Amino acid sequence: MAEKLTIGKALNAGLRRALEQDPKVLIMGEDVGKLGGVFRITDGLQKDFGEDRVIDTPLAESGIIGTAVGLAIRGYRPVCEIQFDGFVYPAYDQIVSQVAKMHFRSQGKVKVPMVIRIPFGGGIGAVEHHSESPEAYFAHTAGLKVVACSSPQDAYTMIQQAIASDDPIVFLEPKRRYHEKGEVDTEATYPLHASRRVRPGTDATVLAYGPMVRTALDAATAAQEDGRDLEVFDLRTLSPLDLEPVFESVRRTGRCVIVHEAPSNVGLGAEIAARITEECFYSLEAPVLRVTGFDTPYPAARLEEDYLPDLDRVLDAVDRTFGW
Amino acid sequence: MAKGDRGAPARGKEVAGEPAPDFVQLLTPDGERIDKSVGADGVEYTIDLTDEEYRGLYRDLVVIRRLDAEATALQRQGELGIWASLLGQEAAQVGSGRALRPQDMAFPTYREHGVLYCRGIDPILPLSLYRGVDQGAWDPAEFKVNMYTIVIGAQTLHATGYAMGITKDGKVGGDDGEAVICYFGDGATSQGDVNEAFIWSSVFHAPIVFFCQNNQYAISEPIEKQTRIPLYRRADGFGFPGLRVDGNDVLATYAVTRTALDNARHGQGPTLIEAYTYRMGAHTTTDDPTRYRVASEVEEWQARDPIARVRAFVEKQQIADAAFIAEVDEQAKQEALQLRERVLAMPDPHPLTLFDHVYPNGSPVVDAQRERYAEYLDSFEGSAH
Repeated sequence: MAEKLTIGKALNAGLRRALEQDPKVLIMGEDVGKLGGVFRITDGLQKDFGEDRVIDTPLAESGIIGTAVGLAIRGYRPVCEIQFDGFVYPAYDQIVSQVAKMHFRSQGKVKVPMVIRIPFGGGIGAVEHHSESPEAYFAHTAGLKVVACSSPQDAYTMIQQAIASDDPIVFLEPKRRYHEKGEVDTEATYPLHASRRVRPGTDATVLAYGPMVRTALDAATAAQEDGRDLEVFDLRTLSPLDLEPVFESVRRTGRCVIVHEAPSNVGLGAEIAARITEECFYSLEAPVLRVTGFDTPYPAARLEEDYLPDLDRVLDAVDRTFGW
Repeated sequence: MAKGDRGAPARGKEVAGEPAPDFVQLLTPDGERIDKSVGADGVEYTIDLTDEEYRGLYRDLVVIRRLDAEATALQRQGELGIWASLLGQEAAQVGSGRALRPQDMAFPTYREHGVLYCRGIDPILPLSLYRGVDQGAWDPAEFKVNMYTIVIGAQTLHATGYAMGITKDGKVGGDDGEAVICYFGDGATSQGDVNEAFIWSSVFHAPIVFFCQNNQYAISEPIEKQTRIPLYRRADGFGFPGLRVDGNDVLATYAVTRTALDNARHGQGPTLIEAYTYRMGAHTTTDDPTRYRVASEVEEWQARDPIARVRAFVEKQQIADAAFIAEVDEQAKQEALQLRERVLAMPDPHPLTLFDHVYPNGSPVVDAQRERYAEYLDSFEGSAH
């Protein structure tokens, strides 16, 4: 069945279906109950599934993740909402030292199948700590998987796949795109940990994930007018990265630009550029370039348009790869 | 220490090494039974065990101490990387460990070797962790003891979540209800996670017993660096009962823990037990306690030894004779010998096992690294891999 939903509504529908299908699925977080979350992603779920399954927690992020670990050991599948990216750090120890390592530490005897939902990225005119892109911290941690959705279809499908997975998964939601609409096929099936070519092209390969997928696609449309045909990938899975299709693309195009909102220094783009260099060295016509947020703290809202990669900065990088 | 001294100085401030007032005690350091003892929670505690049960507690205490001494020796001889000795805390661990019912779940720190023993976990299993062969090898579901947790206090939240799960499963409210015991130390009470665990447990009325072994020191830092009030009184602010027990008294520890667990399983929510004890040895084998505490303090606690008082009691009451004492000593010696032999025989893990169990569903990135490293190892002439 196909219907048109926003990313926010698609997440809500996916969570609802997960709650319906598995009585062990729980939702927990700050304001997820009556309020339905500050972004309304859990809207109406507590009303329909009860306070036992959609849990308004005390206001402490380490407590949310730490108790979810215990619930997971007990056999539950908690889905934790971290209200904003910048508020995940009080839970950082629980995520990297406990969630990530429990299965390894116990030699596979203890599983903690939990999902940590984080609305991430900027562009909403918010105050400090509400616009960050912390994905590299988590992708750097063995034992965690990290995915980012960029469309209503993926929001609906990927959230259910993440919940059904026994791996602990950090699930990044592009908060500034929550209201973008798209077709959702509720019966669609495809792998969770796979990158996707979202626009075929021949001249250069552009990689993005989360909120930057839209930016990259817009850039490709604009480039078309200049006679350049860009191939665009939505990486979707940030750990593990799925780069084989990207390598195939770069071997064809010889040029690659990576786009993310997070700062460039030791970011996802650095790892991807290194891997492309290892695998596609003789095919490259230019160095792999990155278009990212700057290596500054996230700025005040009036400056975020300067900080965030946009269509023009992506095209500028594409131009530079051709000018090499 | 004077005869008849309960070991309870004036109230007022928290000072490391000094036993505190208000604790539940059923067996004095001299081995005298106290019939009833009222806790800070206002509850009157007593205990009535069979002779066999008293002998069993004595046996546990002696064997656990002997195994602990063997582990310390193994570390000194280079066979363990490190060891966290429980010397002095045997009563706190046996009293609480034996108070658990089979359906109860324990969340330990990294020093609860005595609790593990009481739960039937082969003592070789925690030693493989300290030898560096693995990071904990027992099955938490089989023994109902979770993995050791080394990050201070992190396990208190896991325990709380697990207890919330018990409630969700409808497993509270009767004699067959389940409860959780969560171990931590005096230093951990300063951690945010522990305080969050108290809040969660209170708000969700979780079936959990917080069992704090106050052994007076967080490595070198005495209790007065962690608190200005007795730790058990922290529970007040969170909205559940707290009490202090003589942690060197196995009978009192057993009595208060049994009651608190039964309260939890019957739906009465959390309890904080502060087991007042003393770490007779070093924090771990890497530590030198002479740098931060005086010998006279250690000697005072020697006089409150958890095992000597049980031995005095069972002998005076003619619950055990010399033959029994000798038999227990012999059993402890034999178990220690076997432990030593098995530690020495423990093989190192295969290098490629380091890639195992990173994810339940695996990862192509880890698989590729495993494959590449295997090829690298194979590239050495005569490689056995």
